Amino acid sequence: MTAALRVEGLNRTFGALPVTRDVNLTLDRGARRALIGPNGAGKTTLVNLITGALKPHSGRVALNGEDITALSQANRARRGLARTFQINQLFRGLTVLENLCMTIGERDGHCNNLWRSAGAKPEVIDEALGHLESLRLTDDALKLVRELPYGRQRLVEIAIALAQKPRVLLLDEPAAGVPSSETHLILDVVATLDPDIAVLIIEHDMDVVFRFAREITVLVQGAVFTQGTPEEIMNNEQVRAVYLGEESHPGARRGKHHG
Amino acid sequence: MAATDTIPTARAASTRKRAADYLLTRHRFHFAEALPWLIAIAVFFIFPTRMTFGSQVLVMIMFALSLDLILGYAGIVTLGHAAFFGVGAYTVGLAAARLEWTEPISGLFAAAIAAGLVGFITGWFLLRYRGLTLLMLTLATAILLQETGNLRSDISGGYDGLPGLTFKPLLGLFDYDLYGHTYYLYALAVLAIVFYLVRRIVYSPFGQALTGIRENVRRMHAIGSPVHWRLVTVYTISAAIAGVAGALFTQTNAYVTLTVFDFDNSAKVMVMLILGGTGRLYGAFIGATVYMVLEDYFSKLSPTFWQFGIGLMLVLAVLFAPRGILGVFENIGKYFAERKRT
Repeated sequence: MTAALRVEGLNRTFGALPVTRDVNLTLDRGARRALIGPNGAGKTTLVNLITGALKPHSGRVALNGEDITALSQANRARRGLARTFQINQLFRGLTVLENLCMTIGERDGHCNNLWRSAGAKPEVIDEALGHLESLRLTDDALKLVRELPYGRQRLVEIAIALAQKPRVLLLDEPAAGVPSSETHLILDVVATLDPDIAVLIIEHDMDVVFRFAREITVLVQGAVFTQGTPEEIMNNEQVRAVYLGEESHPGARRGKHHG
Repeated sequence: MAATDTIPTARAASTRKRAADYLLTRHRFHFAEALPWLIAIAVFFIFPTRMTFGSQVLVMIMFALSLDLILGYAGIVTLGHAAFFGVGAYTVGLAAARLEWTEPISGLFAAAIAAGLVGFITGWFLLRYRGLTLLMLTLATAILLQETGNLRSDISGGYDGLPGLTFKPLLGLFDYDLYGHTYYLYALAVLAIVFYLVRRIVYSPFGQALTGIRENVRRMHAIGSPVHWRLVTVYTISAAIAGVAGALFTQTNAYVTLTVFDFDNSAKVMVMLILGGTGRLYGAFIGATVYMVLEDYFSKLSPTFWQFGIGLMLVLAVLFAPRGILGVFENIGKYFAERKRT
């Protein structure tokens, strides 16, 4: 079976500073992998390299067996690679509904049309509303994104990525900045994602990581330190030393201090 | 959850319907949209001796409208939009003066194509940049074109321009008259057609994508939008419309000089648009009209110091109407809507 996403020997430096060093990473179809590591380990850089926001200095990225290393970010997105951002990247002056309709429009190529009115395809609006309903955002459909509280905006961030109908989804700290009373909303969404989508999640909260992930990759100073099942990672002495701290049970430490 | 499911479902269905209706209907014509056109027709009957000035206002509205498409919707900030106005103006000017091509309507098409072509080529290179860099590069483009014209003043007429142009009667029927009645109605008809085109584009999925680029270009890349291509497309269209405005300018004035490429012209159109309100289509109508009428009034009041009046107006606009005159109307509307509710 070809992997949904395969990263091979990825390297990137900023000036003299190597931020990504020989990273290999594979996501099978339906994978649930967490990417953890201390601050500055290069987690977001890795996501930027995979999505094409940054170009690697060497190495390959393949999506469903197709080499996409030379493709632009938009081309990769159209092939089914979606991401969310650690800091919201939304269309703040537009309504939530438009945020989604536009995403669907770009996905299906409707946005090449200059003549037909945007509302003329009810199925697009219907699909957008469906995504909103599944994230319980229907009531906010006609509100401007910038009028929503941060927690709701965070859900819109995910809704846009889901509206892309991705085959590979990269979630960059989906619950970051959300008050703890609302994190469960986002985690519920993450937990109920389509089992066919391969998901890579960057997350500092160890409870979330151990609940969600079936595989964990630990990134330290730009290189893959180790990877394995949650149990293996939890019992790995070295990981505990560099990242998880001294506690006997990593879940006891909420990891917020890393954020 | 299960016990209370029916009520939320009914409510959710109604919310869904309301949300869908919003998108399904918002591109429909609103009766208030007839107002500017009725006013324009009324002006024709009320001020029969001011039709030349009236045509100039219509030309500036069209020019501002073309800028709204790229500035108001796509968020492209440019200080060189006069480049396309100038290319359009000189296309019909040179065609009439050097090639004896004086048919006005085909002249508009030629101007649209020439300006659109320049827009496409410069846009292809320049739209990779944003912000101040783009501002400087667009400014430089207009100056380059102006200086090219100056270099070949044997063809362009230089800063003395191409005076005394004559054009064939419109459709072979309606001749140019001293008070400019014909050209006022002609400009109004062209503006109506151009406005319809722009309005279609703004409410199309493509137009939606443009607002997406304005709001967050980074996310647009991430959702797979061919951002550069979209920008080049809209820039080309906007340039073509600015070219038509320039062509109308030459035709209504029967002369053209290299000052159409001036930085002044680029800045003026931007001021008009911002004064009226960006990203709202009708901002161009209000902004251009208010600016032109005040400029006309002040320059009669004081031929030496009229610019003081314009400056004062701009300061007041920035202080009290940062979202333009239409923004003020919107705020008033919102205020009354809220009072009604409570």
